[in-house]
Amino acid sequence: MRVYLTAARLSLRRYLTYRSSAAAGVATNTVFGCIRAFVLIALWKQKPDINGWDEADAVTYAFATQALIAPMGIFLSGTELGPRIRSGDVAVDLYRPVDFQAWWLSLDIGRAVGAGVLRSAPPVLFGLLLFPVRLPLDPVNWIEFVVCCVLGYAVSFALRYLTSLLAFWTMDERGVASIMTTAGMFCSGLIIPLTIMPGLLGTVVQHTPWAAVVQLPINVLLGTQAGGFGYALGFAALWALVLLACGRMLTSAARRKVVVQGG
Amino acid sequence: MAEPTTADGFADADAEATSAGPLPRSRAEQRPLPGPLAYLLLVRMWSRAASQYRVSLALTGVAQVFTTCLDLIAILVIYSQVPVIGGFTLAQTLYLYGTTRLAFGLSDLVASGVETLADSIRLGTFDIVLIRPVSTLAQVLADQFTPKRFGKLVPAIATLIWAVIVLPVQWNAIRVILCCFTVLCGFVIYCALWVLSGCVSFVAVDAREVANTFTYGSEFATEYPITIFGRPLGLALTFVLPVAFVTWQPTLYVLGRSDPFGLPGFLRFASPVAAVLLSGLAALVWRACIRRYRSTGS
Repeated sequence: MRVYLTAARLSLRRYLTYRSSAAAGVATNTVFGCIRAFVLIALWKQKPDINGWDEADAVTYAFATQALIAPMGIFLSGTELGPRIRSGDVAVDLYRPVDFQAWWLSLDIGRAVGAGVLRSAPPVLFGLLLFPVRLPLDPVNWIEFVVCCVLGYAVSFALRYLTSLLAFWTMDERGVASIMTTAGMFCSGLIIPLTIMPGLLGTVVQHTPWAAVVQLPINVLLGTQAGGFGYALGFAALWALVLLACGRMLTSAARRKVVVQGG
Repeated sequence: MAEPTTADGFADADAEATSAGPLPRSRAEQRPLPGPLAYLLLVRMWSRAASQYRVSLALTGVAQVFTTCLDLIAILVIYSQVPVIGGFTLAQTLYLYGTTRLAFGLSDLVASGVETLADSIRLGTFDIVLIRPVSTLAQVLADQFTPKRFGKLVPAIATLIWAVIVLPVQWNAIRVILCCFTVLCGFVIYCALWVLSGCVSFVAVDAREVANTFTYGSEFATEYPITIFGRPLGLALTFVLPVAFVTWQPTLYVLGRSDPFGLPGFLRFASPVAAVLLSGLAALVWRACIRRYRSTGS
């Protein structure tokens, strides 16, 4: 266990080194948060109540999604494992006397915690200053939100890990990774809240694993999740378990069959 | 778009160095390649490199089509809730989206190589770019060119055709010409923004993501009627960061609407002026950055 904690800590320290880069990211997230907020405000001006959300909910959503982009790694193509498989460096990783999946999870957790510390609060605070952002005052909402974020992060990692593992077979996972990123951007609710999607589309996107990454935690924060915290918890935990288990199976398959690139 | 600059005397110095060698070359061979030709040759080279992983290239191309569609789907979802946003109907917003996306897609195709500039400055490989006897800007723009970017044009063209068919607009000569000019001027304005966003990397190497707000941010903002941003921000987007001239101003004329902000009518035809001014600015800033560039060393 100690080795994983150390790996996470060193990965966190590496992330925290690039502070100016994080500041640039914060600026970008904030600008995009504003543009999305304006679009949603224009929509809510026409229709003040959409599926139980008012304007403040929508604006809060616009900035909260921006806060989650970096820690959840929505724009990342897979994990850092992918490029190592492509270059053959993964041979070194396979030698390490650690659990392969847990090793990459620890490194990614370090990155996610760093991103959360440096990049999550500023866009929301900015929104709070200039837009009708409404955050709950009840600490229970916040605790439930954090729990949902942790599970949502597990789902996000599991998906990105699976994507990276494909490089063992396809030699270049970037094509699959970009499709997964695109699907993730849409199905997580980053582009447009899943709650306002109509009919069958809405039903489908609210059940993909990505829903647990952005939409469900924010629903819980706003207190608008149908079925409450219990449903969000169960949904996210189920997807996390299924996808992490798939990752384990694929890892052992890769260890048995695959020839590492390099020379 | 800014005329490609030569690398401030480096090219000539290189030509002289080679002419001092044992085999004297003809004048034509000593002259550096003209920028546009160099650009095309570099694009061909990078395309062949990108085609080595065929499946990956095809998949990333498909992903680009889907990514471009996401904002379109977002617009459709919004209009599934209400008939009008910011005073614009679905067909009108689709026209804005189509022209914006087409102009941006073309500029992305030509100029988004700038995105790798920050990395090459940080790693010091930009020095190599400077000492090659080829236009610096051509090399930077063509860097890592990949044919997958054509994927972005597909939904843009499809949406524009769709919008033109469903819009209740009397298409006369002026409107058709203005529509073509919208895309052309938008393309030039975005190219200038790409170059300017690259210049950000010279000042602050880590600020690559800030540069994205100029390019992707202004593209995203112009997909929607600018009225949704309110008057102060709408005017800022017209006169400070002149992206309103990409599609908004000419589109008001094409759709036969008066300006909701009450700006004078000649601005509808001012896009070429905005394009020329912004390109000039981009060219000046780029030259200044190249001149002041200091290698990071190791």
